Amino acid sequence: MWRFTLPLMGFGLLVLILAIGLTQDPSEVPSPLIGKPAPEFELPRLHDPSQNLSLADLKGEITLLNVWASWCESCRVEHPFISEIAASGAVAVYGLNYKDERGEALKWLKALGDPYQAIAVDQDGRVAIDFGVYGAPESYLLDQNGVIVYKKIGPITARDWKEDVSPLIQQLRDKQL
Amino acid sequence: MNRKLFRWIVLFLLMAISHALPAQQVVTFENPETKQRYENLLENLRCLVCQNQALSDSNAGLANDLRVEVERMLRQGESDQQVVDFLVDRYGDFVLYDPPLKTSTYLLWFAPLLLLILFSVSMITYFRHQKTIMTEPPLDCKQRARAADLLNDVDQ
Repeated sequence: MWRFTLPLMGFGLLVLILAIGLTQDPSEVPSPLIGKPAPEFELPRLHDPSQNLSLADLKGEITLLNVWASWCESCRVEHPFISEIAASGAVAVYGLNYKDERGEALKWLKALGDPYQAIAVDQDGRVAIDFGVYGAPESYLLDQNGVIVYKKIGPITARDWKEDVSPLIQQLRDKQL
Repeated sequence: MNRKLFRWIVLFLLMAISHALPAQQVVTFENPETKQRYENLLENLRCLVCQNQALSDSNAGLANDLRVEVERMLRQGESDQQVVDFLVDRYGDFVLYDPPLKTSTYLLWFAPLLLLILFSVSMITYFRHQKTIMTEPPLDCKQRARAADLLNDVDQ
């Protein structure tokens, strides 16, 4: 009896482990920054480099900080949805222009539209390292106190929005009341 | 024809040497010990973009930026641990090739031991079972006579 059930059980276990493995995405590394205050930064604004944008400017409301660059193809794919989020008024959308050239970035915005309240320019990617960015696009949801509550690596999709981001925003708004 | 062959040879030679080109720019430290530490750190930190490469091997833009950060920190006289903590704070344990021992990594660390125990136990029970089969008492006179009878029956 055991002669058959034991190997079968072993096989079943293997299938189970592999099935769990299939649901995991190895390229998605969980961020240790979730639940922690966003790193302080002070960077020139894209449209007006004489003015700075800092973390303090983002505090007070729920914000989506979107890391993008004109050289980034996936950002182009993501752009319409970011615009949609911004237009819906669900969150204040800010941009972090990552290792880009100012002229190219402005051209990109002119061609595709500018959904951002303000854009900080991270020319050398130093602030991005503090945020644990490892490629564009990436998006961070910050609560009213500037605490990172959510991070998405890669383009944010309608599904991410519906399943993760939107419920989180609702929670934050409920907590505030 | 020779021209074509020559092109192929050049292509293969270029491919062969491209592998040997270092990903990183040469960084010099005044203190050779610091240079050694720098190289050790880069070899033991994972590039986040191409996850199967160490920071020292990767050509990715981020890997380059992180190498610059590591270099800057070492120049400021920070310890290896401070450099590692800096990266772990931002990117998680994932940057480490040598994962730390904690609740979430227990399975990773102890699975080999667990498998060894499981395997040993099953081997022991298996051989014990074999032994009992082999050491079954031989037939006594009565049983032997009966066996002979049965065999005779079959023959007839």
